[in-house]
Amino acid sequence: MQIANVTEKWTGAVKEVTIGATKDEGGSRGKAVTVGGARSIPFMDFDGDQGKRIAVAMDVYDIPPEDWPEPLLKNYADVVNDPAAWAKKCAEYGADLICLKLDGIHPDKGNKSADDAVNTVKSILEAVDLPLIIWGCENDEKDNEVMPKVSQAAAGERCLLGGATQDNYKTITAVCLADGHNLITQAPVDINIGKQINILVTDLGFPLDKIVMFQTTGALGYGIEYCYSIHERGRIAALSGDGQMSTPVICDVGHEAWRAKEAKASDTEAPQWGSFAERGIMWEAITAVTLIQSGVDIIRMYHPKAVSIVKEHIDKLT
Amino acid sequence: MITIAERINGMFLDVKRAIKEKDASVIHKLAKEQTEAGATYLDINVGTAAADQLDAMRWLVEATQEAVNTPIALDSQKLDVIKAGLEVVKNNVMINSAQGDPETLDTYMQLAKQHNAALLCLTMNKEGIPQNVDTRIEIAATIAAKAMEHDIDMDKIFIDPILFTITVDQKQPAYMLEVFNQIKLISDPPPHITVGLSNLSQGTKEKSLISRTFLTMAVAAGMDTALMDVLDKDLMDAAICAEMILNKQIYSDSFLKAARQ
Repeated sequence: MQIANVTEKWTGAVKEVTIGATKDEGGSRGKAVTVGGARSIPFMDFDGDQGKRIAVAMDVYDIPPEDWPEPLLKNYADVVNDPAAWAKKCAEYGADLICLKLDGIHPDKGNKSADDAVNTVKSILEAVDLPLIIWGCENDEKDNEVMPKVSQAAAGERCLLGGATQDNYKTITAVCLADGHNLITQAPVDINIGKQINILVTDLGFPLDKIVMFQTTGALGYGIEYCYSIHERGRIAALSGDGQMSTPVICDVGHEAWRAKEAKASDTEAPQWGSFAERGIMWEAITAVTLIQSGVDIIRMYHPKAVSIVKEHIDKLT
Repeated sequence: MITIAERINGMFLDVKRAIKEKDASVIHKLAKEQTEAGATYLDINVGTAAADQLDAMRWLVEATQEAVNTPIALDSQKLDVIKAGLEVVKNNVMINSAQGDPETLDTYMQLAKQHNAALLCLTMNKEGIPQNVDTRIEIAATIAAKAMEHDIDMDKIFIDPILFTITVDQKQPAYMLEVFNQIKLISDPPPHITVGLSNLSQGTKEKSLISRTFLTMAVAAGMDTALMDVLDKDLMDAAICAEMILNKQIYSDSFLKAARQ
């Protein structure tokens, strides 16, 4: 029986973005990580090139986390007060990239200074040779004060800096351009805003092939469908030739998954939900694996066991 | 939307004069302006007045290529004029156009394949231009079948069901919409569907309004290409907007700009 050939021919592709600069390239990273490049839908490799391997970034914070449940915290208990040591631990746990989230500079969370942030960044750059993502605290005024200094301190390392929003993009775009960093453009689960912010940023002269897009991640049970359908629609647009949607995508799985009740409820609080020790890990792993299906290129994760599950999944499907 | 920019045509006085006086600067300007306005192809038509049509075609193609890399649509009903254009064309190329007789299609499709050219085919034949939907569809089906026979991708085939001026037959724009819908069903994937948009409003008032109103109706019915005045900003905006409304382009506040980039 003749089976019809249903392979899709896509006209577009996701751009490749390289994070991290080695010594030859003016930085000090051991190696660079390149993401993106897909010419087909995830895992439909008969339609075309699947692009670069999905990268896992592990989060480091500049202040100790307040509400991490024990099954998560125990993996980092001895390093939560020392971002450099924390980054080393993440490298041991198999991170492809380190994501430094500067929550500590937020006025309500510690109000650390720009100098504090710069020192943290420098200590991490020295402690590990993995490429670095540096994300602000999402208070516009503080970020506009701190991120330029952080960007300058890491100049030459070709980091990925977060992020540009529709209401606040000029400062971070300018510093990324000046210091040679890649840029995260952010939208709040809104594909139209996501596209618009890419247009605004490229209108300032920022190159499209140094942009990574971010839509606020919804974890399993907490809005995953919304960001799944946006990722999917954006990926199809990229493959159909929409230039401004053709950037790689980053998602924030660790933070969102471990906020869930399902990750936090103890065995006594929720005995019908299965073992507390395993639950958060699976909540994180399943959120990640689901979003991989929607078309993502970098996944920010927390738990080392979830990381190894997800990396094994990526291995099997590529 | 695939746009075939219509302005480099010897029917226009400035182009006619440029051909006569070999003034390439006129052609350079039109080529650049139309490219900047978002043209996918630049149509090149020597018009009827040129003394030596083959020479005029070669000259127009070369002048255009001096200015831009935009794909070129060689527009003539005469095979030798098309061939003259093919001799000198370096940019990607479309042959505009072939009629729908089987033998004619064989000739043109072989030529298209040889030059890796796209091919625009009219749904008319030796018996003339059809006056109804069914005959247009029959000819369109013949064109699609010939393309498959010659192993040409549907992506390179453009079918034009021939749009008349509205004052000649006012029933016929409505037929066109039905024709577009049916051509979409001819094959999977279907060929491209195109019209000479300016034909509709020849000799009328409100040319721009008539053109862009029909264009949005046509896009909704499945037309994805048009030979048109890309320098008419309202017309281009209407094309972009129609496609956005049909979810062919993700909306963003700068959607009109985004589609032109």
